Amino acid sequence: MTLPSGADKGEAADTPAGGPAPLRRRRVRPRPASRTASRPRARPPGRGGAPLPLLVPALLGLAFLVLPLLALLLRAPWSSMPELLTSTEVWQALRLSLVCATAATALSLVIGVPLAWLLARVEFPGRGLVRALVTLPLVLPPVVGGVALLMALGRNGVVGRWLDDWFGVTLPFTTAGVVVAEAFVAMPFLVIAVEGTLRAADPRYEEAATTLGASRFTAFRRVTLPLVAPGIAAGAVLAWARALGEFGATITFAGNFPGRTQTMPLSVYLALQSDPEAAIALSLVLLAVSVAVLAGLRDRWMTSA
Amino acid sequence: MTRSARRTGGCRPTLRMAGAGAAALLALTACSDSDPAPGSDPGKGGESGELSGEVTVFAAASLTESFEKLGAQFEKDHPGTNVTFSFGGSDALAASITGGAPADVFASASPTTMEIVADAGAAAGTPETFVRNRLEIATLPGNPDGIASLKDLTDPGLKVVICDETVPCGSAVRKALDAGALKLTPVSYEEDVKSALTKVMLKEADAAVVYKTDVRAAGGTVEGVDFPESAGAINDYPITLLEEAPNAAAAEAFVGLVQSAAGQKVLTEAGFLKP
Repeated sequence: MTLPSGADKGEAADTPAGGPAPLRRRRVRPRPASRTASRPRARPPGRGGAPLPLLVPALLGLAFLVLPLLALLLRAPWSSMPELLTSTEVWQALRLSLVCATAATALSLVIGVPLAWLLARVEFPGRGLVRALVTLPLVLPPVVGGVALLMALGRNGVVGRWLDDWFGVTLPFTTAGVVVAEAFVAMPFLVIAVEGTLRAADPRYEEAATTLGASRFTAFRRVTLPLVAPGIAAGAVLAWARALGEFGATITFAGNFPGRTQTMPLSVYLALQSDPEAAIALSLVLLAVSVAVLAGLRDRWMTSA
Repeated sequence: MTRSARRTGGCRPTLRMAGAGAAALLALTACSDSDPAPGSDPGKGGESGELSGEVTVFAAASLTESFEKLGAQFEKDHPGTNVTFSFGGSDALAASITGGAPADVFASASPTTMEIVADAGAAAGTPETFVRNRLEIATLPGNPDGIASLKDLTDPGLKVVICDETVPCGSAVRKALDAGALKLTPVSYEEDVKSALTKVMLKEADAAVVYKTDVRAAGGTVEGVDFPESAGAINDYPITLLEEAPNAAAAEAFVGLVQSAAGQKVLTEAGFLKP
């Protein structure tokens, strides 16, 4: 969601504002368009200029993605930003967001990478269905994910009831609940990314290792993992960014309590009802984080496109 | 990402579920969207009762059940009219009205939110209080924790949810707690009154402080407990015709119905108090 936005900003940072090609038509917002239409490295092969029927909707699409973010920057209360952003609530929410997103990513790595390996390397009946089920949270509205989590892991949930009875563990309204909600929504990104990398990686290295006497697990640990590490890293960053922006599942499953379950997106939403300026300031912080993530990913994303 | 999903043999369920999800999402956005009333003829003067066209009513979430009843009644009384509701948090509704949403009537859950609209010059005439609503504690069916007072909710062993202070029910709870000089630490500050109630209906929380009307609307899934501090935190619900109403005559008639004896009967049956 915030990724395309970051793309523009990330590029704007190192692309001088200058029109890529002379355009003979009136443009909606020439500035953002020109700043982003030129790619630093990946240059489009066509040199003859784009045909109008393609150019017009393309620029509209670009303006549609960039304008809202520009508006956010234009309407930002720059003068009162310092005190808005130094309040303890903001730092509390930001810290909680960062901690939970990182924990959710770690959880996704621990159980997501083996799952990706299973999907890519082991033939079993119903594999396609399993892959579809793993992808489902990607397309599921997060609120629905939150409701589903409540039904499963809530105090009265299918599994949650036993957790409560046997271990006295209840997840809703706790920081652990936030991590679970974020991992549920973000893990599919990681699994799909790692699985893609595994399928692209040559399995013969692993086979060679096993013929040389390595067990399958050793081959995975010493050969496969280093081979797909870049893919895992990219997937982890994506998952982390998605977890950071998670709203629907979190507020549904973990509720909203400052310092415990109130992450940045929740405080943005609630601030909007009472103090729109604070909401804009908080949004800018999240935007900045997204831009940073994208800048970190750029080498691996933009150029390999 | 999607490519690998599409390549699989088992993408059908995904797509079907995604379709269902998309449909649900569309339905949700449709609810939150205020449909602009199509060019309905404002009835001239409206004395002869020749009303027609679309009436758009923005109303607080707690009015959902009773206003839907009144809307059906109105359409029966005036064939040719069509009442469209947009229910939500009063703050959000006020914000969209001042932002120029084409609505005829606004009914909010607190004078504060109504003031936002009036100060922006969007209200026609003076908003009038048409009902009042009192807080009540919603507990699990059978009240297993034996909650009898607001003070009982401060027990640290209980999971209590209340509304966030940005919404009317949250500020009312704050008032009631201050009146009783109580300190309550909930497990969550919910974004609106209905979601606070839902947490108890799903048995995830032991109790919530909501409106009397919400407890009644929830039927047997929760149990209501009255508490004396709520007397000092009663919410007035103001209603007003809007300045930019596309269908002023019909809108006026709808406000009239809400304030009539028949309308008040529906509202008091839902648990609202008379103004």
